[in-house]
Amino acid sequence: MATAMSPLGFKENARKALADPLVARSRVHIKAGFIAKRRKAADRLPEFEALRDAARDIKDHTLAHLDLYLERYEAAVLATGGRVHWCPTAEDARQAVLEICRSVGARTVTKGKSMISEEIRLNEFLEREGLVPVETDLGEYIIQLRHEPPSHIIAPAVHLTRTEIEAAFRAHHDQLPAERHLSEPVDFVNEARGILRQTYVDADVGVTGANFLVAETGSSIIVTNEGNGDLTQCLPKVHIVIASLEKVVPALEDVNVILRVLARSATGQECSTYTTFSTGPRRPEDPDGPEQYHVILLDNGRSNMLGGEFQDALRCIRCGACMNHCPVYHAVGGHAYGWVYPGPIGAVLTPAFLGIEQAAHLPNASTFCGRCEAVCPLRIPLPKMMRHWREREFERHLTPRAARWGLGLWAYFARRPRLYRAATALAALALRAMAGRRGRFRRLPLAAGWTDHRDFPAPEGRTFQQIWADRRRGQRKGRQS
Amino acid sequence: MSALGSKRDAVLGALRSRLGRRPGDGGAEAVAARIAGPARGPIPARSAGDHAAQVALFVEMAREVAATVVRVPAAEAVPAAVADYLKSENLPAEIRLAPDPALRGLPWDGQPLIARSEGPARPSDPVSLTGAFAGIAETGTLMLTSGRAGPTTLNFLPETHIAVLRAHDIAGSYEDAWDRLRAARAGAPLPRTVNLITGPSRTADIEQTIQLGAHGPRRLCILLVDDADS
Repeated sequence: MATAMSPLGFKENARKALADPLVARSRVHIKAGFIAKRRKAADRLPEFEALRDAARDIKDHTLAHLDLYLERYEAAVLATGGRVHWCPTAEDARQAVLEICRSVGARTVTKGKSMISEEIRLNEFLEREGLVPVETDLGEYIIQLRHEPPSHIIAPAVHLTRTEIEAAFRAHHDQLPAERHLSEPVDFVNEARGILRQTYVDADVGVTGANFLVAETGSSIIVTNEGNGDLTQCLPKVHIVIASLEKVVPALEDVNVILRVLARSATGQECSTYTTFSTGPRRPEDPDGPEQYHVILLDNGRSNMLGGEFQDALRCIRCGACMNHCPVYHAVGGHAYGWVYPGPIGAVLTPAFLGIEQAAHLPNASTFCGRCEAVCPLRIPLPKMMRHWREREFERHLTPRAARWGLGLWAYFARRPRLYRAATALAALALRAMAGRRGRFRRLPLAAGWTDHRDFPAPEGRTFQQIWADRRRGQRKGRQS
Repeated sequence: MSALGSKRDAVLGALRSRLGRRPGDGGAEAVAARIAGPARGPIPARSAGDHAAQVALFVEMAREVAATVVRVPAAEAVPAAVADYLKSENLPAEIRLAPDPALRGLPWDGQPLIARSEGPARPSDPVSLTGAFAGIAETGTLMLTSGRAGPTTLNFLPETHIAVLRAHDIAGSYEDAWDRLRAARAGAPLPRTVNLITGPSRTADIEQTIQLGAHGPRRLCILLVDDADS
């Protein structure tokens, strides 16, 4: 199941995914599990839309002063005895984590769920360096056993059913009796709980992500349901937080606002079970907690997005609502996107991080239905950004020749309105005549991409512009009489 | 230091050039003012009732997320309430207490069958008993802080977590709870850990079916002490 997918292979990945019964079943779970629950939670809070506006404004303000907030954040971390490691690239971040692990002679590294860890491929790297990284979030644990990437940013194993999970558990947990009962969700949860219990205690280093960094207090925050992130960060000697630059917010008041839209947009909960604020290492009087507290602060292409047409994507709080509501994500699943962030936000971020040459298919994998923007708690204009990427793709001559030729032809007519009207009127009449009584085409020259999968409906004889002009004339007459 | 410094400079330099930051452009003052006097956002109206309404909302919201809430008439009644809860859930009579004088000083003599010890959680501890700094009515959430009397491991490692919360300490909104903590810290940094806890641990990672008791406590019991002044 090891997958070496890439966004370059999107079309092929998508073709395979459409025929994959697992993707079809996960679609059912996503629709039942996320969409209705988000709606219910949003409807229950009269202030929800006002909170979305406030959350957007907080992030916009912070991004416009990102350099200054990060300096204040760093100063607050240092003041409480923590350390900040600035990392321009993924390699810098991997090396920084490794150095800390080596400095304490670490062997086992427990890990809370972190998309940044996926982005920098930390597990593979640590394994190559002889360390043992253990994912502790249940979904991440399952996909680590299966050596595959997450298919969703908050539900990493949403593409799997009990059958696959049972196979993975039986293959890896061979210390347990083979005849044990393993079929209900509770069986899997209990088995993973039992297996990981000792690992938490044995680990030398705990790595977590961060949903927020707070400039006021120097705190990092994780928002979770399982409690694994907390066990990961309160038991080992060393706590490493890996976070990207745009996670910083000014003050605790700002966290409150964004927390109120985060869980509701993600899982439809009023709030997640555990929201934990970590500020520096344990204090002299503390009976437990880590002796060292490190923050890996990752750029990895984000600074390039500031001040440009993709800056708004840095407001993202990784709730997953855009993919939960995306018909394309529903159809092809998360793995088809070929990189860490799937769905509409992935279609915007992946070209920004990897280059449009590597990911040109992704911003094209959209029907522009607009549901992603409608549900995004931070009101990120995702369709507009995908359009920007399509423009860049066109400018760089990455668009396939047939599409460029077609667009050029359309542009020629569009710039000549009279010719356009005459040509479309003629085409509408001709197509109607050719279609005959059926009113649809099974095949059309140059349009096999459409007609291979469904019929092409023939025009009814008149163009939209003609009908519109008639209506306007009718309305004018109506007003006069 | 030079290598670290240069990476820091590289990141901050890139940000400044993308943002067009200039010395004296007023940005630093805007940031300092925002941090010194943070702006409250919209606060859900449901948390704004009188204290009795806030306590009622806290209980309702906490129960909604599968926490057990037991109303206790006074602090002296906590040991008996602990014994009753352990019995009702068929749990071992063995508790690990937070090293908190307020918990230690309760009349435990009336419950000779409960074995007590104090300190951070050990993997074998089945039940923990901790205090709570505050409750937040808006979502039925507990706020717990680390410190001499609050080992964080007690909130996560045992299968059952019992937290004692004074009704007096229930705030309406998150904002109000943070203001109380800021006041209590009197200018000192936040504790190493502040936990906001809403119900027992859960996961939906197996086929989107919610299952309680993932890695943290399987049960959360809140003993809500009705103070004389609430």
